[in-house]
Amino acid sequence: MNHRNTALASLVGAALLASTALMGAEPVKIGFVYVSPVGDAGWTFQHDQGRKQMEAAMKGAVTTKFIENVPEGADAERIIRQLAQDGNQIIFTTSFGYMNPTLKVAPAFPGVAFFHATGYKTAKNVGIYNARFYEGRYLNGVIAGKMTKSNIAGYVAAFPIPEVMQGINAFTRGMKSVNPKAEVRVIWVNSWFDPGKEREAAMTLISQGADMITHHTDSTAVVQAAEEKHKEKGTWSFSYHSDMAKYGPTAQLSGTTHIWGDFYTKVVKEVLDKKWTGTNVWGGLKDGMIKLAPLNAAIPADVKKQVAKLEGEIKAGKFHPFAGPVVDQEGKERVAKGKNMTDAEMGAMNYYVQGVASTLPKN
Amino acid sequence: MWLKFEQRPEPSKVMTYLSPLLAVGLMFLSGLILFLVLGKSPVEGFKVFFLNPLRDSYGVAELFLKATPLMLCAVGLSVGFKANVWNIGAEGQLLIGALAGGWLALHFEGSTSRLLLPGMIVAGALGGMAWAAIPAFLRTRFNANEILTSLMLVYVAELMVSWLVHGPWKDPDGFNFPQTKLFSATATLPLLLAGTRVNVALIFAIGALVVGWIFMNRSFMGYQMKVAGQAEFAGRYAGFSAKRSVWIGMLAGGAMAGVAGISEVAGPIGQITEHISPGYGFAAMIVAFVGRLSPIGIFFSSLLMALLYMGGEQAQQYLNLPSSISKVFQGMLLFFLLGSDVFINFRPRLVRRRK
Repeated sequence: MNHRNTALASLVGAALLASTALMGAEPVKIGFVYVSPVGDAGWTFQHDQGRKQMEAAMKGAVTTKFIENVPEGADAERIIRQLAQDGNQIIFTTSFGYMNPTLKVAPAFPGVAFFHATGYKTAKNVGIYNARFYEGRYLNGVIAGKMTKSNIAGYVAAFPIPEVMQGINAFTRGMKSVNPKAEVRVIWVNSWFDPGKEREAAMTLISQGADMITHHTDSTAVVQAAEEKHKEKGTWSFSYHSDMAKYGPTAQLSGTTHIWGDFYTKVVKEVLDKKWTGTNVWGGLKDGMIKLAPLNAAIPADVKKQVAKLEGEIKAGKFHPFAGPVVDQEGKERVAKGKNMTDAEMGAMNYYVQGVASTLPKN
Repeated sequence: MWLKFEQRPEPSKVMTYLSPLLAVGLMFLSGLILFLVLGKSPVEGFKVFFLNPLRDSYGVAELFLKATPLMLCAVGLSVGFKANVWNIGAEGQLLIGALAGGWLALHFEGSTSRLLLPGMIVAGALGGMAWAAIPAFLRTRFNANEILTSLMLVYVAELMVSWLVHGPWKDPDGFNFPQTKLFSATATLPLLLAGTRVNVALIFAIGALVVGWIFMNRSFMGYQMKVAGQAEFAGRYAGFSAKRSVWIGMLAGGAMAGVAGISEVAGPIGQITEHISPGYGFAAMIVAFVGRLSPIGIFFSSLLMALLYMGGEQAQQYLNLPSSISKVFQGMLLFFLLGSDVFINFRPRLVRRRK
């Protein structure tokens, strides 16, 4: 009797197990690691928007969790490991400084898929992803070139890493393509997030005559500074990371907005369907990983049309913001006529192109 | 009835040791209330915050790893604090220590010499001392307030790290990202327990606690420094050099912070980046005072402080609380400690209100 009961019980148990495995009753846990608090604009905010979009698209199949304000030092490894240990099957680490910690944790959890944003090292279960922000910058530059009265644009930037250099140079090329007299001035604030310094830099640029300003820093201070000076000086701004129209309702002309949701949904589906074999994505306008912030009503219709046309050409692969000839500040030709800059060349960009009026701080 | 604080004829020995325990107790109590107010079960909150981080051997090892730099910085600072030498710049000394030791690791990349690691540790200590020597010199020579100078040098050190990793020390194969090459295996601290990250720096820290205890309690110089701190004029009358106290206090703090710095970059981080320390040099001041400036106390208070950091991570993960919760607990701990310290010199008494 007893024996039969046990046998029956184990049969039922096995059947139950099999069915839960088939149905995948438990939603898959997905973890996100953020470098700063989510806040209401900026780099991390955009990743969190992406997380929410993905969770909504995969309703019922996944649950997500994020840990914010994780320092990029020794602590990151512990937090990433805890997420993996806690049963998260997909983990997104969304800042450059998590590259080596992610790679250290990954081998211990071969069943977990890791995705690291902005890095350059991959592994069997570590994919990398980033976006071609420079495409949006070029289009922003075109608008700036058409709208400027002083022919001076100001750019508040964090650190001269290639991603930031690409933005400055693409913006400058866009601006000069429609306005040969245009010049771009850059102020480095040596910080990714420092509203005080960012604002001070913006004000300095405005007082030097810049009527178009933008930023590659994480706060809304630059857009707010332009809004404040708009009436007096006719200053316009371009937002970065997030659409910051809330902070610059009058003065924000457009901007380059990061969109991670579609990408997150796509790779999560791949992993869940067991089709994921690795990721090394550098996506742009075409892939929907960046978008122009809504164009201000003050932009004339013909400019809007020109921007839309260029956007279409970039998406179709007919136009490249770094199409040769690309000449640097010293007059050296970096890309010959008829050629496009390669991804590797862009990844090593450490110079200003012609049209940037500032000089790069020397190391 | 009326509550009155009366000065004690002499500081209460009992309260000196009871006060940190009282502060920890009050912190726990307020923490429970905080969880209640946030709509979380206090029992669950307590479990997640204080027990979850230690649920397995990896967690315990992480606790010791996190406590190591705090222990090192705090024991060094306590030497100066006892003599009223206020080194606020351990964070900067930590960074310069990391740079000095890290330079050796990068310069002798690939070297298999057994001297490399010990050399890096010594360089780390010397780097921290050199950075601490600046405020010590300014204080002894020009009477410049060391609180200000040591603090300001923190910002200089931070910029120096930033400049080096963005510039000359940048990994040439690193796509211009601001970090150095990874240190080779011979330039990385050996682990104490395989499968965890806790490394020999913990032994340095415990060694520093022992040396600190001997110095403060068994050496004549330590005695002189204590006297100088407690009764400056008595110390001067006895012919104890105030300048020497400043030098020893600052250099001890600098050396230990420097060792903490090199231990982080040659330990869990494995390279120099812009994010070497999440503020260990500053947190160590709380650690030193909660530990009553005594090595045994510092041992326990650094573990507590490390637990507060790790508990905050857990609270985010399992209770959906914001990351600032760690800072709230740290702040409460210091606040209650300063409050409880009043009882060392004063005694509360109920007196009848006069008509």
